[in-house]
Amino acid sequence: MPETTAPPVGPLLRASGLTKSFRVPRSASGSTSLRALDGVDLTLDRGETLGLVGESGCGKSTLARVLLMLERPDRGTLSFDGTDPFALRGKQLLAWRRRVQMVFQDPFASLNPRLNAAELISEPWRTHRDLVPRRDRAERVRRLLEMVGLRAGDAHRYPQEFSGGQRQRIGIARALALDPDVIVCDEPVSALDLSVQAQVLNLLAELQAELGVSYVFISHDLSVVRHVADRVAVMYLGGVVETGSTEEIFTNPRHPYTAALLSSAPSPLRSDAPSRERILLTGEVPSPVDPPSGCRFRTRCRHSEDLCSRTAPPVEAVSGDPAHTAACHFPLGPASAGSGASGG
Amino acid sequence: MNALRESIHRTRPTDPAAMEVDGLSVDIRTPEGVAHAVRDVSFTVRSGRTLALLGESGCGKSMTALAIAGLLDPVADVVGGRIRLNGADLLALGASERRRLAGPELAIVFQDALTALNPVFTVGAQLGEPFRIHEGLSRRAARDRAVELMERVGIPEARSRAGAYPHQFSGGMRQRLLIAMAVALRPSVLLADEPTTALDVTVQAQIMELLRDLRTERDMALVLITHDLAVAAEHADDVAVMYAGAIVETGPIGEVFAAPRHPYTRGLLSSVPGGGRPGEPLRFIPGSPPDLRAVPSGCAFRSRCHLARERCASHRPELSGDERGRTVACHYWKEATDA
Amino acid sequence: MTNGDPLSETGDRPDQAGAAPPAARPPRLFALLLKDRVACLAALMLLAVAACAVAGPFLLGDLATRQNLHAVDLPPFTLDNGWAFVLGSDSLGRSVAARLVVAARTTFAVAVPAVLASFVVGSAWGMWAGYHRGWRESVSMRIADVVLSFPSLLLAVVVLYVFSPSVATLVLVLAIARVPVYLRTARAESAELRSRLFVDAARTFGARGGSIIRRHVAPTVMPTLITVATLDFCFVMLTESSLSFLGIGIQPPDLSWGLMVAQGRQELQTAWWIAVFPGLAIVMTTVSATTLASWARLATDPAQRWRLTVPRGRARATARRAEEAGR
Repeated sequence: MPETTAPPVGPLLRASGLTKSFRVPRSASGSTSLRALDGVDLTLDRGETLGLVGESGCGKSTLARVLLMLERPDRGTLSFDGTDPFALRGKQLLAWRRRVQMVFQDPFASLNPRLNAAELISEPWRTHRDLVPRRDRAERVRRLLEMVGLRAGDAHRYPQEFSGGQRQRIGIARALALDPDVIVCDEPVSALDLSVQAQVLNLLAELQAELGVSYVFISHDLSVVRHVADRVAVMYLGGVVETGSTEEIFTNPRHPYTAALLSSAPSPLRSDAPSRERILLTGEVPSPVDPPSGCRFRTRCRHSEDLCSRTAPPVEAVSGDPAHTAACHFPLGPASAGSGASGG
Repeated sequence: MNALRESIHRTRPTDPAAMEVDGLSVDIRTPEGVAHAVRDVSFTVRSGRTLALLGESGCGKSMTALAIAGLLDPVADVVGGRIRLNGADLLALGASERRRLAGPELAIVFQDALTALNPVFTVGAQLGEPFRIHEGLSRRAARDRAVELMERVGIPEARSRAGAYPHQFSGGMRQRLLIAMAVALRPSVLLADEPTTALDVTVQAQIMELLRDLRTERDMALVLITHDLAVAAEHADDVAVMYAGAIVETGPIGEVFAAPRHPYTRGLLSSVPGGGRPGEPLRFIPGSPPDLRAVPSGCAFRSRCHLARERCASHRPELSGDERGRTVACHYWKEATDA
Repeated sequence: MTNGDPLSETGDRPDQAGAAPPAARPPRLFALLLKDRVACLAALMLLAVAACAVAGPFLLGDLATRQNLHAVDLPPFTLDNGWAFVLGSDSLGRSVAARLVVAARTTFAVAVPAVLASFVVGSAWGMWAGYHRGWRESVSMRIADVVLSFPSLLLAVVVLYVFSPSVATLVLVLAIARVPVYLRTARAESAELRSRLFVDAARTFGARGGSIIRRHVAPTVMPTLITVATLDFCFVMLTESSLSFLGIGIQPPDLSWGLMVAQGRQELQTAWWIAVFPGLAIVMTTVSATTLASWARLATDPAQRWRLTVPRGRARATARRAEEAGR
């Protein structure tokens, strides 16, 4: 049931109950299904940055692909400005695609090595032909290059002649070429060096202030997320286990997984490194082909009880703040993991 | 000037060095000329300790590791220096002698565990291979040793999984297998080149824990090559910071990170997000590393350094420092730390 | 970072304006070709063969068919009988050199259109199938399997017996038999490319399959396919010669290299040159084409082009090392 009647005021993007499974071959005969997303609810406001954290296989990349309409969800709805983009066809669909763009993790693989910077940046206009008149394109490319801190003279250079940071700038310019409302940034700085990473993060912040664009910022680096995000959603095995404002999540995590994640992330700025108590999770993330019953996290959780294996915990507001929700039967107390997480 | 002279007689702690790299230089031939990828790099690693070779991409840290392991690309040549491993100079040895040392003396763990394992052999066979080559064990005995190793590095159900192929293991497990293979012959020095970069944080913590345990248990010297300040901070005892092919600062990691002396180290530490308030622009080092084909005269960092003066252009600063192994290659570091 | 492209360690250019060295313009293809002696030689060789094929028959008149029973089986490499017989003569006293030149035209007239046709059809089909996956891929691959499992020589024999053997039918049969080769290669490469990030990136703009194939898949797959095509050129020439040998290919008095090899085979004991020279012509043409193709493969790839300009030899560096060790 598409929620096409959502009020125009409200979040820019609302996802509810998104579920997506893939068929994967299990043996020579027959296949089984891998549940990459399992009932994901999310909202994104105009001009906001939503941080999406979680380990590989948690479904954040699939979520990004659904938001970009590269995958169609099996169940659940996506509402963008009150419209369900999956119900659109033809020209309307093309016009919608323009509004959500992506910056990729790997600045090496996401740029075709056979095209130069100008061709790369103007590539979206080959599909959206009416957006920028042909005679203005060279000028627009120049402006975009300057906007992301490159020189107009770089237009005719090929990706491999640029450094990683510069390549990521080209990727950002390409995402901006269609003047989008939302940019999904999939680990945009994880392939970059520290000093370059700072420059790219600053650039993203400047562009947001200037253009009012919203970001969905996917990252495994918690210190980066803490720096850029207004709100954070923590994902584990296809589901969102905790959401809240960045400050709340980092200083007062209520889901045991969030607490463990925060405590295993190393930081060079922490002087108490050796003495700090660490929640070292045992084992690895279970296979999404065969997820645990009840609570997904229970196999690695120190607080799990019988109830956790029987029923999946509902998503509930914790700490009296309606914006801070967690999916846990036994959420941590307000002070429990605060010490491990607040360093830095 | 005194500082310069002192640097030649750097004092070292007395415990024996497992490996001593002295003045190592590596050149790479490129179409646009010769790139000096590693320039006069010297460091010492001791048994039972971890040295982090820290730097950004292109700083020469991986080239240093490859040169030590003898795995350089054909377009790269070692053009100077000595690598002393238990009294022998690795660079003076022939190829076959070097091969004999690979494993029992020196081993390397790569970042990409999937490509470092051969996809068409079972992990049991691959893990047993070092024993077959160096100790001449039978297939069966080698396999038993492989299973022991797998158990040691924390692979559950090792006996039954020895018959599995690399792709049937997760990323973390594959990294454990690589580590098992590297430590199989109890090397005295283990080079780990970005061992956890491809892994998730919770798995990364487990792998680093494993490396630390193995190092202590087998009294290895561990050289941790990384770009990740956080990983270095948590898991290394000493650090050598590299920039543009040369070491710019060394010392015990706690001290270096608490009070960095070289302007580059200071800049690097200040660009870590989390230092300032969220939302504030991050600090960064302006500019970018020099083209290694045309490293500027004097100090390679001077074009990005706020302390730079004429002397920095004319004199290359040497590593110089105090008794505790704290060294820095900067003419004016004292001013920076005072400021 | 640990292996492969040595430039990954050093190729990073300064991030800031001003400090950057002027961007090196990609060198012109022709200038690159002149630098590579082997590729240059291959190009000259092909040019010569092509010139023979085009102009040869006009210049030579009927020299290739003129029989001279006083000059039967003359050995090669002597000028006693004039330039025309420098490569000897066959059992009817015809000049081998002249026949080689004339045969080049027929050989090319069969091989070039056959290779081109199968290349174009197979590549386009394969890229389409590989990009879209699913049933389109399955059906295409089964068709390819069927065609390939049927020996192409047998197929040709059947078809050519039914229809009258002519250059046109020969081209058609060879083209159909070779389509699966390109289809398979193009499909595999295109399916792999489809999962590349830059194709994903194009999909996020809303680009359609056709334009992604044209813009991203085709330019990347083309070098591989061209290499396959040059190798296939050799195969097609040899198939044509087998068919000619069986009497259903090129019909005398027309001539092709393959036919010449076939005819000369009976006299290999007494007059080896009749079969060996056309054979050599086939080999040298193929080798030249392959060399040039592998050169072009590097030269047209902006990411690989530098390999052609790397100075060779490590002699100097090794010498310096030895000197160092001696000290």
